[in-house]
Amino acid sequence: MSERGIVVHKPYARLSREQIEMIDKASLDLLENPGVLCYHEESVSMLGKAGSTAKKTREGEHDAWWVSIPAKVIKQALETAPSTVTLGARNPENQVVLEAEGNRVHFGSGSETNYWLEVKPEVFTSKEDGHERTIPVMKRSRGNLDYLCRSAHLAEQLENLDFFIRNVNVQDADITTGNKDVNVFFAALNNVTKPVISGVADFDQLEKVVNMAEIIAGGREELVKNPVVSFITSVIKSPLQIVGETAEKLIAIAKLGLPVVISTSPQGGSTAPIDELGMVAQVNAEALAGITINQLANPGAPVIYGAVPVRARMDDLHDMYGVPEFCHYNMDCAQMARYYKVPCYSTAGVADARVPGIQATVEKMYTYTAVPFAAPGLVHYAFGLLDKTQTFSPEQAVLDNHKIGMAKFLHRESGVNEEAVERTKKTVEEVMHSPYRMYARYARGMLRRGEIFGGFPFEGESEDQDQTLLKVNERLKELEARDHQYLSEEVCKKIFDSTPGLVPRLNPYK
Amino acid sequence: MSKNLIDQIVNNVLQGRRNNDDEGIEEGMTGDPGVAELVQEALDSGIDTNDILLNGLSKGMEMVGEKYETGEYFIPDMLTAAEAVEAGMKVMEPHLVKGEDGSGKGTVVMATVEKDLHDIGKNLVSIMLKGAGFTVVDLGIDVPAARIVEAAEEEGAGLVGLSALLNTTMSNMGDVVKELETKGLRDKIKVLIGGAPTSEDFAREIGADSYGKDAFAAIKEAEKLLKKV
Ligand code: B12
Repeated sequence: MSERGIVVHKPYARLSREQIEMIDKASLDLLENPGVLCYHEESVSMLGKAGSTAKKTREGEHDAWWVSIPAKVIKQALETAPSTVTLGARNPENQVVLEAEGNRVHFGSGSETNYWLEVKPEVFTSKEDGHERTIPVMKRSRGNLDYLCRSAHLAEQLENLDFFIRNVNVQDADITTGNKDVNVFFAALNNVTKPVISGVADFDQLEKVVNMAEIIAGGREELVKNPVVSFITSVIKSPLQIVGETAEKLIAIAKLGLPVVISTSPQGGSTAPIDELGMVAQVNAEALAGITINQLANPGAPVIYGAVPVRARMDDLHDMYGVPEFCHYNMDCAQMARYYKVPCYSTAGVADARVPGIQATVEKMYTYTAVPFAAPGLVHYAFGLLDKTQTFSPEQAVLDNHKIGMAKFLHRESGVNEEAVERTKKTVEEVMHSPYRMYARYARGMLRRGEIFGGFPFEGESEDQDQTLLKVNERLKELEARDHQYLSEEVCKKIFDSTPGLVPRLNPYK
Repeated sequence: MSKNLIDQIVNNVLQGRRNNDDEGIEEGMTGDPGVAELVQEALDSGIDTNDILLNGLSKGMEMVGEKYETGEYFIPDMLTAAEAVEAGMKVMEPHLVKGEDGSGKGTVVMATVEKDLHDIGKNLVSIMLKGAGFTVVDLGIDVPAARIVEAAEEEGAGLVGLSALLNTTMSNMGDVVKELETKGLRDKIKVLIGGAPTSEDFAREIGADSYGKDAFAAIKEAEKLLKKV
């Protein structure tokens, strides 16, 4: 049984049972009328065979169908969807076991940022007082394979990161749609021994990616037992539309029997209602539609309820994460997934702020603390994301790792039991009769057993300058200097021999 | 044999074990002799008190200080170690010549000044001074100037350490300096002050000899002020 993540002992139930049932009913009603607008013929026919009705229409240049899905079709799919899903890992000790009704929360990375922003400390002389000061200057670059490898290696080092989703978009000159997926998956798998989850950009590369994973896992059957890769499909375009190409991938992955996250990300205020009920009723309907297609393609295939509801910023209509509504939406969805007995994929830790530091950390800390209270199995987007997921900052990821440690620590058990009560009475009595009446000796015991939270390792010493980023930058360098957990030479050779499109510079044995 | 005992004293100071009941930092030490038992054994086997003090207790405490500086130890470790040293000193006491504590570090009278009840910082300073080998007479909290001076004279202390945490009580530190002057003791007894609202400037203002910003500064300053000329 996986020991990763943190157990939330009494998940916060924002919605009452009656409210959950109301939302369930509302979502099912929406799936029947207006229904979903489906751009994928195979899905339409699968849904039809199961008892849905479809009406053909034309949307711009594309054929589409208005599909009315009756409640019984959805309920049937939920019957077959497994309530336990295992995300495999190169190191089986790092497997993440998701129990729909369990309370273990895991934190991971994401998404695909276009930019990589790193700190370059530089010395300046102040015009104010003539003193020299080291300032964390930021260097912003386009994402590439090298940065992806660096962040995968960093992800392996961060003790609070439980699963890896490729976080920077690779925009190297030699990377095309035709070879992107194999390179992205290899970069991740070659550096991370924790579960790797990713979307597939190009359907034609799915087979190659799966082949690579089979080589690593040691065969087809082994891969299904220990799925070292899991997938994300954004099969829904909100509101309530089923995308043709992604549905194709979803069905193929379902048939392979590998875990897949149905990810739907409506924006409250633009592509979904902004109020809590409206948002959750819609995003829930969307997740259910995805799960249903997956289960119709292969009943019993491992599937994860992935709801990424966000709120719109009122000034520019970008996604907004670190706000109360975001927490409401996400906590509700975790409850809905639990009600359906399907593991949940949720979100926390994205900042609107463009640069690492105080503002970003405040936004992140808010969702790190709130969302896990509802105990979703997976919390993605949690490391290093800035600028509404446009930018990844490795320094911020290191800072986030610490803050997630705080969020996890919050859920430690209280330690109240009969034996502890006796120990406490004895301690107080001893201290009352000691010279200075100090509890330091007893604190030390806990300190040494790792039972006291470690404090703030990135606090600076300066009285007139925030040095956090400089400290984090030092820590990052230490983490980056650690050994790589590369795949063996033999495995790499097999993968390179059988995977056209892999760029040779990714091979550590070259 | 004697080398071995002294090493064990050092190790048990590092482990913060006063006696055999205490647990250490490492597992499974409870039941083994702690500093008190080891010092007794050392005395019984005729080891010189100076040897026990300098190479055992003080050496251990110095190593604790180094570990604190490198970040391996925290304040609770320091306090626990200082308590272990204190337990050893208790056993040594009857064997030391009166007025001389072997290490020659001298006696400090500590107090929180009148009308002030804050003592966490003052206790930290007291415990650490003891751990560093000073003889500390701690008068507690809310102590009038006259009582502090009287005790310093009685104990033959070369230094008084004063603590205040309130803007309204820090001026009472000045009263202690004046009282020492009145009694003609000012050149025999030095004054070291500390506590959050105080400062080096304030020490100068009231005519105290020195200011310490924390317990480590307290040890340094006390060592300077009590250094025999
Ligand atoms: C704990 C505390 C209390 C506790 C004290 C418990 C106890 N056993 O000591 C209680 C609740 C009793 C208390 C009461 C009050 N308190 Co109070 N208290 C504090 C608090 C939160 C922490 C003090 C502390 O223990 N710090 C930790 C120790 C380790 O640090 P330290 O004392 O500074 O000591 C270190 C150094 O200064 C130095 N040092 C200290 N002494 C010495 C001596 C020497 C010789 C040397 C070299 C060095 C040295 O070394 C120490 C170790 O590193 C402070 C806030 C603060 N940030 O300081 C307020 C504070 C000191 N209290 C304050 C006040 C106002 C009060 C009350 C008046 C509140 C009230 N209205 O009732 C009462 C006063 C009671 C009284 N007559 O004294 C104010 C003082 C404001 C001011 N500048 O005047 C403070 C600053 C809080 C605030 N910001 O308002 N308090």
